[in-house]
Amino acid sequence: MKPDELRSLAQKEAEARKSYRYRINVCCSSGCMPFGALKVLSAFKDAVKEFGVEGECYVARTGCIGTCSIAPAVLIEPGDYLYQNVTPDRAKEIVKEHIVNGRPVKSMLYGNEAYFKKQLRIVLRNAGKIDPLRIEDYIAVGGYYALLKALTRMTPEGVIEEVALSGLKGRGGAGFLTGLKWRYVARATGSPKYVIANLDEGDPGVFANRTLAEADPHAIIEGMAIAAYAVGASKGYIYVRSEYPLAVETLKKAIEAARSMGLLGEKIFETAFSFDIELRLGAGAFVAGEETAILASIEGRRAMPRPRPPYPAQSGLWGKPTLINNVETLANIPVILLKGSEWFASIGAKNCTGTKCFSLTGKVNNPGLIEVPMGITLREVVFEIGGGVPPGRRFKAVQVGGPSGGFLPEQLLDLPIDYESLTKAGAIMGSGGIVVLDDTSCMVDTAKFFTEFCVDESCGKCVPCRVGLYKLYKILDGFTRGEGSLEDLQKVEELCEFIKEASLCGLGQTAPNPTLTTLRYFRDEYVAHILEKKCSAGKCFKNGGGVGGE
Amino acid sequence: MAEVWEASKMIELTIDGKKVTAKEGDTILKVARENNIYIPALCYLEGVSSFGGCRVCLVEIKGSPRVFASCVTPVAEGMEIITNSERLKRYRKWAVELLLSERPHVCSVCVANGSCELQQLATDLGVDHLRVEREWTNYELDLTHERFAYDPNRCILCTRCIRICDEIEGVHTIDLMLRGKNSKVIFDLNDKWGFAESCTSCGKCSAVCPVGALYVKGKPHSESKRKELASFVTSRRSEKTIG
Repeated sequence: MKPDELRSLAQKEAEARKSYRYRINVCCSSGCMPFGALKVLSAFKDAVKEFGVEGECYVARTGCIGTCSIAPAVLIEPGDYLYQNVTPDRAKEIVKEHIVNGRPVKSMLYGNEAYFKKQLRIVLRNAGKIDPLRIEDYIAVGGYYALLKALTRMTPEGVIEEVALSGLKGRGGAGFLTGLKWRYVARATGSPKYVIANLDEGDPGVFANRTLAEADPHAIIEGMAIAAYAVGASKGYIYVRSEYPLAVETLKKAIEAARSMGLLGEKIFETAFSFDIELRLGAGAFVAGEETAILASIEGRRAMPRPRPPYPAQSGLWGKPTLINNVETLANIPVILLKGSEWFASIGAKNCTGTKCFSLTGKVNNPGLIEVPMGITLREVVFEIGGGVPPGRRFKAVQVGGPSGGFLPEQLLDLPIDYESLTKAGAIMGSGGIVVLDDTSCMVDTAKFFTEFCVDESCGKCVPCRVGLYKLYKILDGFTRGEGSLEDLQKVEELCEFIKEASLCGLGQTAPNPTLTTLRYFRDEYVAHILEKKCSAGKCFKNGGGVGGE
Repeated sequence: MAEVWEASKMIELTIDGKKVTAKEGDTILKVARENNIYIPALCYLEGVSSFGGCRVCLVEIKGSPRVFASCVTPVAEGMEIITNSERLKRYRKWAVELLLSERPHVCSVCVANGSCELQQLATDLGVDHLRVEREWTNYELDLTHERFAYDPNRCILCTRCIRICDEIEGVHTIDLMLRGKNSKVIFDLNDKWGFAESCTSCGKCSAVCPVGALYVKGKPHSESKRKELASFVTSRRSEKTIG
């Protein structure tokens, strides 16, 4: 594709978009599909024909709008009218009233404006508003312009500088400065170099990366291409879980579309830059999301982490310099190049710029996928965006960072969300899971649950993680069955310290977090379990031996 | 990876306060041993690639709050390494205790009794009881091979056998299956050892097993065991019985 062709295609598509008075975006992501989103989509298509408004109303199959609690969700532009729990019958009524008569159906609208008020969508800028299967939709909203800009008006070093100045940190959890990582790979000797996009989102209850890939696959592809240009790579891999069939399918089609338009392949935009992407599917191991385990898996070996150094930047895929970024990190890149690092750095908190996507789940009124500026407080997320805990229940704790994230109590709700504050409090940014617990949850039982997950997912390579976590699980399990003594609490802390400090990779190093934070903030529950055999939430001692709460 | 002979850059560092000179790129463990500084290790085996799994050879490096597996961490100019702090002793003790508790390690009924590296480490580290509950796994004993035996209940998953079979014998008969605490060393595609067609019966695996999981039938374990691979290979070569 020539630069001019991109411009004229974008113009043509934007005009086509404008020629419609209304655009009906039907969410067809993994969240809405099981609730009949595809039937709703065809009902809308039939309805616009039936009412003879197909000339002025475009029905689009889009990705996630973010409001998973009201599936299937439908967004009508202009005005961003969000309809909840749409059925084929309701679709017909919406077309009749909203499109034909110009009267939005108030009774079916999602009335919760607070859900969106505090959000800021950069990564999810196009989610729910474009058809992920039409590359033209992405180009119409300015897609691939950043790649064009990078290739024709910036040097690789200039791109890295821009990313570095933006202050963007890796969104996979560890929060390493993206610009710095790129510089390491760019300066590494060795050829060829590789770029890997990490989409192995294995945390239970976390679906931010999946949603991004389903809603806006080209943002990932464009980000990868820019990264490849910056570090001098010509081959990229997207490592995606095979448990994400819709994301895999969407990415596959997106790569093909980009290839057929010449946005991937040889001599992109008639420059000397060539780049192509291959999909690699994971086989279901949580630990395969660890960067050195990804390398092993892509090379066809058992997904076991290895010690660093050497870092992948020096010796990655097949011993070559390799850049590994999370897909959310990559999706930020096109916007940073187009709007500038200064703009990006002005968003979020000091030392922690930009936004972060979170999967908000658990005992919260408005679960879903959210994107918020860094530095927002947990209270705002849980109570304003999330709408608080269900009526009649009391907030107890919030877990940030996936299965190995810590649990934070009510008194820490004013903690700003940034890498440093979370780590200090015992939680982690992780992959962006926020699970809200109310008073129906027992903290001992919850710590046991997440420890068990990590036991199952440990690769088995190092002793602290393989054996230590299992022993920790056994002790916690004992607490929930009326076994154990107060001395065991100290043993648990010592064992956790060993696992945290001595484990080889991030899985073991963070897996004790749920136990350590519940011990730190909810110690009285442990004591009640041990001394009084009492579980205030009524979860434990199910097989006799103790007294339940309620 | 083939090593290319070239003059390596020499660097200086200190280990436990002792100034030493080392070749750039060498691991901390190697440099320490060359200078007669003892760092305990279990999954490490000279002559094959390092694994970094047992976490017994952990050391501290001044300036970092972390601990490092010395078998896989390369030395660097000016590094100040501590090999025997109270914290390291505590961690090593945990590692050995956890290994002892993972499967039924009962020394009195083990072929390796007296020549077992895990037993020796436990003694060295003062492990006199286990702080965690023991597991009594019940894996089937594999006696199908005519010369060797495999008792998974004694295996500590150090992968020495896997690495030596792959990297020295060049066969890769042995590997791991499943993950986490269910990990198990297997032959070929989880065949009984006697039916593993790729096995050349060279015996290297049993010679380097640090415990009594792989052993030669009818021979005292102390005689069939060789901890240091380099000397093991040389001695076998001189006997001209390799293969």
